[in-house]
Amino acid sequence: MVRTYHSGNYGCIVVGAGHAGCEAALASARMGVETLILSINLDSIAMMPCNPSIGGTGKGHLVKEIDALGGEMGLNIDKSFLQSKMLNQSKGPAVHSLRAQADKNKYHMEMKKVLENTDHLHIKQAEVVSLDIENDKIKGVLTATGAYYSAETVVLATGTYLGSKIYIGDAVLTSGPNGLAGSYALAENLKSQDFELRRFKTGTPARIDARTLDYDEMEVQWGDQDYELFSFMNDHVELDEMPCWLSYTNVGTHNIILNNMDKSSLFSGVIEGTGPRYCPSIETKIVRFKDKERHQLFIEPEGRDTNEMYVQGMSSSMSEDVQLAFMRSIPGLSRCEIMRPGYAIEYDCINPLHLKLSLEYQNIDGLFSAGQFNGSSGYEEAAAQGLIAGINAALKVQGKEPFILDRSEAYIGVLIDDLVTKGTDEPYRMMTSRAEYRLLLRQDNADLRLTQRGYEIGLVKENRITRFNTKIQMIEEEMKRIQALNLKESDLNPILTAMGIPTVTQSVRMGDLLKRPEIYYKDLETIDNTRPVHLTKDVIKQVEVTLKYEGYIKKQLQQVEKYKSLENKKLSADIDYYSIESLRLEARQKLDEIKPESIGQASRISGVSPADVSVLLVYLEQTRRRKSINE
Amino acid sequence: MYFDTIVAISTPIGEGAIGIIRMSGAEAFEIIESIFKPFGKDPNEDKKMVYGWIMDGEEILDEVLIVKMFGPRTYTKENVVEINCHGGLVPIRAILSLLLKKGARMAERGEFTKRAFLNGRIDLAQAESVMDLIGSKTKRGYDMAMNQLEGHLSKRVRTMRDAMMNLMAQVEVGIDYPEEDIEDITYSEILESLSTVQHQVATLLKSANNGKIIREGLKTVIIGKPNVGKSSLMNALLKDSRAIVTDVPGTTRDVIEEYMNIGGIPIRLVDTAGIRVTDDVVEKIGVERSKISFNEADLVIFVLNASEPLSDEDLDLMEHVKNKHAIVIINKTDLEIKIDENEINRHLNDKRIIKTSVEKEIGIDLVENAISTMLLDDDLEINPSEIVSNTRHINHLELAHKNITDAMNATSNHLPYDFIEVDVKEAILNLGHITGESVEEDLLNNIFGNFCLGK
Repeated sequence: MVRTYHSGNYGCIVVGAGHAGCEAALASARMGVETLILSINLDSIAMMPCNPSIGGTGKGHLVKEIDALGGEMGLNIDKSFLQSKMLNQSKGPAVHSLRAQADKNKYHMEMKKVLENTDHLHIKQAEVVSLDIENDKIKGVLTATGAYYSAETVVLATGTYLGSKIYIGDAVLTSGPNGLAGSYALAENLKSQDFELRRFKTGTPARIDARTLDYDEMEVQWGDQDYELFSFMNDHVELDEMPCWLSYTNVGTHNIILNNMDKSSLFSGVIEGTGPRYCPSIETKIVRFKDKERHQLFIEPEGRDTNEMYVQGMSSSMSEDVQLAFMRSIPGLSRCEIMRPGYAIEYDCINPLHLKLSLEYQNIDGLFSAGQFNGSSGYEEAAAQGLIAGINAALKVQGKEPFILDRSEAYIGVLIDDLVTKGTDEPYRMMTSRAEYRLLLRQDNADLRLTQRGYEIGLVKENRITRFNTKIQMIEEEMKRIQALNLKESDLNPILTAMGIPTVTQSVRMGDLLKRPEIYYKDLETIDNTRPVHLTKDVIKQVEVTLKYEGYIKKQLQQVEKYKSLENKKLSADIDYYSIESLRLEARQKLDEIKPESIGQASRISGVSPADVSVLLVYLEQTRRRKSINE
Repeated sequence: MYFDTIVAISTPIGEGAIGIIRMSGAEAFEIIESIFKPFGKDPNEDKKMVYGWIMDGEEILDEVLIVKMFGPRTYTKENVVEINCHGGLVPIRAILSLLLKKGARMAERGEFTKRAFLNGRIDLAQAESVMDLIGSKTKRGYDMAMNQLEGHLSKRVRTMRDAMMNLMAQVEVGIDYPEEDIEDITYSEILESLSTVQHQVATLLKSANNGKIIREGLKTVIIGKPNVGKSSLMNALLKDSRAIVTDVPGTTRDVIEEYMNIGGIPIRLVDTAGIRVTDDVVEKIGVERSKISFNEADLVIFVLNASEPLSDEDLDLMEHVKNKHAIVIINKTDLEIKIDENEINRHLNDKRIIKTSVEKEIGIDLVENAISTMLLDDDLEINPSEIVSNTRHINHLELAHKNITDAMNATSNHLPYDFIEVDVKEAILNLGHITGESVEEDLLNNIFGNFCLGK
């Protein structure tokens, strides 16, 4: 036993400095709470141990929302990206998703710099080995060197470090990600305090040497020329773009893998953890989709100052020699050298059903958790939860009500509600299809949805809210302008004719014209004489989307109204579900475990049927009536 | 949640040899044990018949067989007791009032089924079918309700819902994995899937009208001025038909409603007091009622007296009948004909005209035939499993149909996929409301609006 000593007292302690931990600590400190962030290694702050990119479908939405609320991820990737692409541009505005390739080291350094220069934020390298929980309340944490820090709130964001094991072929290493130390004592401590831990796994592909690739055998992939940025605070960032490369596996590749299946840790049965279906290893893809003749892969730079290249789509935990062999069967990679082998990593995480929507534990006052520890996967999902956990830890310290976003307000709300209400059997990934109201939850309007909310809780500062208010004003003024602006048919018709659209017989208001699906702002530039010079892309986009999709947006708003009516029927945490006999047994167990905060949340629990929901409605009604009789 | 104990007489009230009383709820066993004295030992076993007496204190009320059914493996998922006692009003009433005294409450109409739904025993469509079953007036209505109870409707709707879910999944793959090597679904493929389901929904909807007639009966109103033989005609029709159910006892002399059964279709036959102008206060009320009946009627039987010339009142009635589905009866043809048939033809040239003598029993079969051929679209085969009869189901099908149509329009206009999906999702939701797979508060409010929530 090491000697322990009291080493400080904080409002909030964040355990782990990955994407969840960084957002949690920054949010809490920026809200004025004395905050300590602890990491096993300060060189791994905001490390990206897997893909070198931020954003993507659904994930890009999360980053925009984090930014709109005053989080850091968007600003940080804008400082460190290598190329950027708006995905799904051929589809509607709701599913446009921004994704940027990141310079990993730069991303880490920039985030570390921000952390180091934030008031009220203290950074220490330390391994937390136990949580001090007394009478169902968090008191503090103890580190491996005996330092005890007391705290009013603790945010656990241990990522893939907790009880982690690395698998490469038949080699099993007791290690954290990327050769870093794992966290084992804490895992044991949590188990001894009756935390229900389970094993999840994920994997990453090999990194190969850029000098050993034949680029003319691959297809070059550039980002958008007219690239967008993640942060609503940035108008323009200069970029010296770096390309990615596209290649394909072939039958030869597949045969190498199939012939060496006995050397795969995934299929030999040593891994017990559950992996994500949407992010399968190459060996899984080949076994599961035997008919597919080729699988695509992207070669992506890991940074500007390194030769390491990430091989997206080729995640593998086969032995290193097999990895090298199948890589070399791919066009462009025939003489490649592996710098870091791919691996599978297995780690401990919790069952998120025991969390409240605020990400606080149902039965441990002041303890919050976020990120992969909660069963999610991905940097963006982690950051989003970290932000909310940090906000709510700070609010708790300040004695304020928790900050909860619902499914109709943000992807963040969908993410957390899914985790906390439905739980997850595999590492949870955000997808746009998980959001019921995605026409409203666009990435382009994340600030309109959330910045005011962020300001109200004290996370969004004056510079952002001022910029935001200016934008709102511009949108309103522009809307007014074009709804009053008459475009003369003599001016308009030549443009319509050129576009192959039927001409008009009288003047048309610009606002009405833009409702037509085929006509955009840029088409009217030459005849729109009063157009303000300072009009930004952002403003134009809001005006266009609002006008063009008015009918659909209205429909979705009606759906939200219905949703809210069930969401507003609150269920108190002290309901004894086991005494409600007309609930089916499974429903009683689930409701008791999850303790939903509303009828709406209850209805989304798997194992709670519509019949059970009607029982709950009747129960609420009965309770209400009984109350009103007693009063 | 706590549900009180409800009780109801399960067999029709009448002179049957036995009567069954059913009781369900938390105290069902306690109550029966307090009044039942078994001959020998009560085995207290699930679904076992036990012979004994129902006792009111020291007094023996009846000799009975009782069955205890242990929840949750019962219809309501609660503890249920069935008492088989002697038929006839007296013993049943006596036992019932004893049960009520011991703490049970009279069940409301359909309440056992509501509990079965509330307790998760049956889905919504099934619950509603049971209600329909209880209220079904004829064999066809019964078959239809039975079919829905067995889940035919749910199954069909589920198939449509699954097809839409499938479509969604195909669209979503392209959206959430834009860079994967997967071909996006095309607009024409989306259109094809949508139109298949649209057709299925439309077919179900087409059946809805006939479904309503089968379930609720065809409201047929007999009108004519006094003494043309309306009541006799009604009696003659009723005498001929089987399965007569009296729905509304003669609470008023003004409108008499009876059920008859022609070709498996329930006919709600209404005899009216007439709709002439009158100053008499009492008669006025009758006339008002008649007018309402007349306006609501699916079919009108207009009776004229062949032995009298057409009166102003007849001509006035003709004006009313003109715009309705109607059969014209010229009655009393056994007497000397004084009526001007050409005049009738001139006014009601598109109506079927039948000559009868109800007195001599001539032409009654012709009237029956005319009714049954007018009932349903001739080209429609009636297959109970294909019929939707519940108003709520129809509403949701109509909404789903509109959603699908909207989605098809969006597809034809090549709107982005995420917009098409707004309507597809809404359609899935509406179809789900029929099977009870989607919850909506309004729906529950509607269904449980009249449900007494207990103590």
